[in-house]
Order: sequence, then structure tokens, then C-alpha cells
Amino acid sequence: MNLPKELRYSDEHEWVKEEGDNKVRIGITDFAQDELGDIVFVELPEEGDELEVDSPFGSVESVKTVSELYAPVSGKVVEVNEDLEDSPENVNEAPYDSGWMIVVEMSQPSDLEKLMDADKYQAMVSED
Amino acid sequence: MTEAKALIFEMSNPGRRAYSLPESDVPDKEASEYLPEDMLRQTPADLPEVSELDLIRHYTELSRRNHGIDNGFYPLGSCTMKYNPKIHEDVARYLGFSNIHPYQPEESVQGALQLMYELQRDLAEITGMDRVTLQSAAGAQGEWTGLMMIKAYHESRGDTKRDKVIVPDSAHGTNPASATVAGFQAVTVKSNEEGLVSVASLKEAVGDDTAALMLTNPNTLGLFEREIKEIADIVHEAGGLIYYDGANANAILGQARPGDMGFDVVHLNLHKTFTTPHGGGGPGSGPVGVKDILAPFLPKPVVGKGSRGYYLDDDIPQSIGRIKAYHGNFGMLVRAYTYIRTMGPDGLRRVSEDAVLNANYLMKKLQPYFDVPYQQFCKHEFVLSGNRQKKLGVRTLDMAKRLLDFGVHPPTIYFPLIVDECMMIEPTETESKETLDRFVEGMIQIAREAEDCPEDVQEAPHHTMIKRLDEVTAARKPVLRWTKE
Repeated sequence: MNLPKELRYSDEHEWVKEEGDNKVRIGITDFAQDELGDIVFVELPEEGDELEVDSPFGSVESVKTVSELYAPVSGKVVEVNEDLEDSPENVNEAPYDSGWMIVVEMSQPSDLEKLMDADKYQAMVSED
Repeated sequence: MTEAKALIFEMSNPGRRAYSLPESDVPDKEASEYLPEDMLRQTPADLPEVSELDLIRHYTELSRRNHGIDNGFYPLGSCTMKYNPKIHEDVARYLGFSNIHPYQPEESVQGALQLMYELQRDLAEITGMDRVTLQSAAGAQGEWTGLMMIKAYHESRGDTKRDKVIVPDSAHGTNPASATVAGFQAVTVKSNEEGLVSVASLKEAVGDDTAALMLTNPNTLGLFEREIKEIADIVHEAGGLIYYDGANANAILGQARPGDMGFDVVHLNLHKTFTTPHGGGGPGSGPVGVKDILAPFLPKPVVGKGSRGYYLDDDIPQSIGRIKAYHGNFGMLVRAYTYIRTMGPDGLRRVSEDAVLNANYLMKKLQPYFDVPYQQFCKHEFVLSGNRQKKLGVRTLDMAKRLLDFGVHPPTIYFPLIVDECMMIEPTETESKETLDRFVEGMIQIAREAEDCPEDVQEAPHHTMIKRLDEVTAARKPVLRWTKE
């Protein structure tokens, strides 16, 4: 399982990458995409939408199931990966790269403290 | 035979007709004389041109590819795919039921109204509720109706801040969806390691913003919520109401009543528990029962009985309104009534006893070959996990496809979400031991194949007319319309 060390992880299987200026990029982990199987549709919020930490902000549909996406941080959506509309397979093929989902400008950067590092996330998913 | 697989468009031959009509005895008029120009089609519709026999063969062939309970075993968990007795069809076709109109004067449809009145009463007795509406056309509409009554109840008391509905993580997907559509926010509570609602988590989740808790009992794992009395008390003490999703009512029929467990609202699926036809799009029927505190908000009309016979009672000033045209799916009400009358109280009790017995029989027989995440006795259904087979490269989806080769409809898979590689199996009471044994043999064979020749499972089905579908491409790049090249 690929878990880049520089990212932070939520218990709802999202990764968070700090990009400076209080901005973070968000996607789902390699573990999550593998569990979901082939992803066929990604529903994302619109630019400008406000997210509240731990609340659903979109959903991912695979041939197996539909899963909600939970915001790992609070803030405003400033960028959305429009490519996923036509190429949801990017989430399977490159979850940390072209499979990214949104960029959020955080309203409470302290949310980051509650997220896990790669080792801790690895330990959590191995337990399951 | 190539015709069997051809689309009806591909069978088309210009000029061929499946009908012949006599000459019209009124003068022909061009469509443009009736309709504005921009409403008229500019190019021909290109409808298939086939003979009557081609047409009959085409649809008969399609119907033969269906799988229904009349063709074979259908252990689709939480769907209660049981036999629909054919006597229901006789009764539903009585002219007094099939040849009437909803706007007929009440005195001319007393039999139909009496049937609805008695069905309301019977369902109230079976569920332990005080009043019942028969209007809603499906389980999910029943859920929504129940939640709208709950909302009206809180609002009538000036209690307007209750905007949350609590739903366990093992609940049917429709529960959070209905709560959302009814204008509530769905809040999830996690199950404990036994697969039951965690009383501790529930205590934390309830508050003065709790409108209701929605619960299926037994739950989707086939387990009875033993703490139900305490659960109901916790919600009631917080000022919320408690909703019973009747999807799994087959497990408790005649044994236990949601009303006695403390539930305030119940919906039943007549198309599951009460043997009206299920699948293929319905029509369904999802009557809702309520305790007296919610009776003022029932959808109107309900059927009443007065000095001049049975009548449609519209005098419900605080009603949430009408939720379905006319009086629900009346034909389904006739079938469910017939079921209750032919079975009687002892027969209905026997239903749940045999449903639970069959499920436990299957669970015990399959236990050596599959992971069983919750080992206690189950009710009408149980879950297996395909984790052992997943390690061999065979997923639950593959095993479900392989079951098609045995003429069995696969169980519900990948649900509930809290079980990895889940298979949810509900045999129902109407299957014989021989059928159950054949299913067990098939499942054991599949478990062996997963070890010895996994590709036989991974590439299944092998004996169906259509082999493994490319579900990913079908979902990502759907082709929904035939077009002429």
C-alpha cells in the first residue's frame, strides 16, 4: 500500500497535503480506492462551497458501493478537480496525483492536528 | 439461434407489420392540422418493423432470461423474496376489486372499503400500533411518511429545533436518504462488536435536537437488538420518537410487536413480508402504522367505519396531507389481505419460525467454509464474509456471479457496509430443505473452487446466456440507446 510520508490522513481515508497559505489538497487514499474497487463516478462540491470538518462533502461511486467523502478540515473550496467527471478512473490509477479531488482554504488550521501521519494511518488500516 | 440475441431493431424488415387495422371510417387528417409545426418530428421514428410472431418470440425470449421466485431460489438478504401464493391473483382479479374506480360513490364500493378497513386493523394488531395508513407505495415512501408525521408532531408542540435523525451504521441505505429528503440531518451511530446498536454511542448522540431514531429490528446483520427497550427509553427521554423499518418484519411476524418494543412508527413492506409480488419495479406497498400520539398527522383519507358503513375519512385537520394518488396500490392491499386471511394467526407465527429456522440452518451448514463475522443465532437472515476467499484472489462479486451457474439468484453483496466482502443471505420460510441443501452444495463447491481453481470463479458465470459483463465500462461509459449505424 502506497502511503506517502509527507501527507496527513483522516480516519475516513482521505489524504491531506499542505500547500501553503492555509491551503490543503484533498483526495482519498490508496487503501480506500483499492477497497472501493473500480470507481465510476465522483461527486464533488463547487468552488466557493464551505466545508465543515467531519461532514460529508461529496461521494464516490464504485461498481460495488457508494461512499461518502468526509471533510478532513473546515474551510472554503477554492479548486475542484473537474477532470474526475470524465475520468473517475484517475482516482484508482493515481490517488495522490491526478486523482486529487479538491483544494480547501482552511478556516481553522488546527483541524490538521487531529489527522494522522502515514505510520499511524497504516496501523489503523492494518487493524481492520 | 441468432434471433434470440438480436435486438428487436436488428430483426426489423421494411414493410413488415405485426398488426392489420380495418380502414378508418373517419376522414384522415394530417398531424400538422392538429399540432404546431415545431412539435412535429422531422425524421421518421425508425421503429422496428416485425411480424406478430417475431414480436411474440422476442418478448417471450426476454422473459425467459429473467430470474424470479417462480424460477428458482432467490436468497436476496433484506428483500424477503418469498413465494407469492397464486390464490392472491385470483382474488385480486375479482371484478368487485379489479373493475372499480376510485371516484365511485362510497356506497357502491363497500367491499373494497371494508377490505381496506380490516387490513388497517390487522396490520395495526400485527405491529402493535394504534392506527395505520395504507397509502404509501413503497418502503421508502413509508419511511418518508413516518418522518413527516414525526416532524409534524414535534412542530405541533412548538418543538422546532429537532433537526437530526439518528441511524445506525447497519441500517438500510434508504433510512438516511429518507431522513435527508424529509428535511432532517442524518447522524450515524456505530454498531458494537456484537453487531448491535451501541447503547453508549446512542446516549452520546441523543439530545434536544433529536427528532427520531430509525431502527431495523432485527437489523441487516440478522441480529435482534436485545437492548431495544433501553434504546427506546434513551430516545424517548431525550424527547425523540423511534421509527421501525419493517424491512425485516418477516423475522418477528406473530412473535414480537414493534409497538410493544417501544416504537412509535412502523412501516411494513407488503411486497416483502406479506407476499405481494416483488421486483421488476413493483408496484410496492408500504403501509405505515403509528401510535395514538401521531394519529392526528396521518395522511388523509383513511378508511373509517360509521353508522352508514365504510367511508373515506378526510376529517384529519392536522394531516400531513395526501401522499399518493387515490388510495395506495389497491391491488397489493387485496393480495396482502388475502395472505393474512388464508394464513391466520397461527400460520403467520409459523412464517417467522420457519424463516428463522431456515436461516440458521444455512448459517450452520456454511460456517465451516466461509467467515461468519457474527456467530450468535441469527433471525431471518445472516451475513457471511468472503475474506477467506479474498486472500485467494476470489472476491465476493466473483462468487455471486458463480452462483448464477447454479440457477440461484445471488444474495445481497457488499451490504451492510460494516462487513468486509459481505454476503447477506435470506432464504425465507417458503423454501424446502432440499432447496436449501442444493444451495449449500453449490456454495461449498464455490469455496473449493476458490482454493483449487480460482479462475473458474473469477471468470464466472459460464452457463448463462450472457457471460461476465464489463460493469466498469458500462458504468463509466454507458450506452443507453441503440442507434442505427
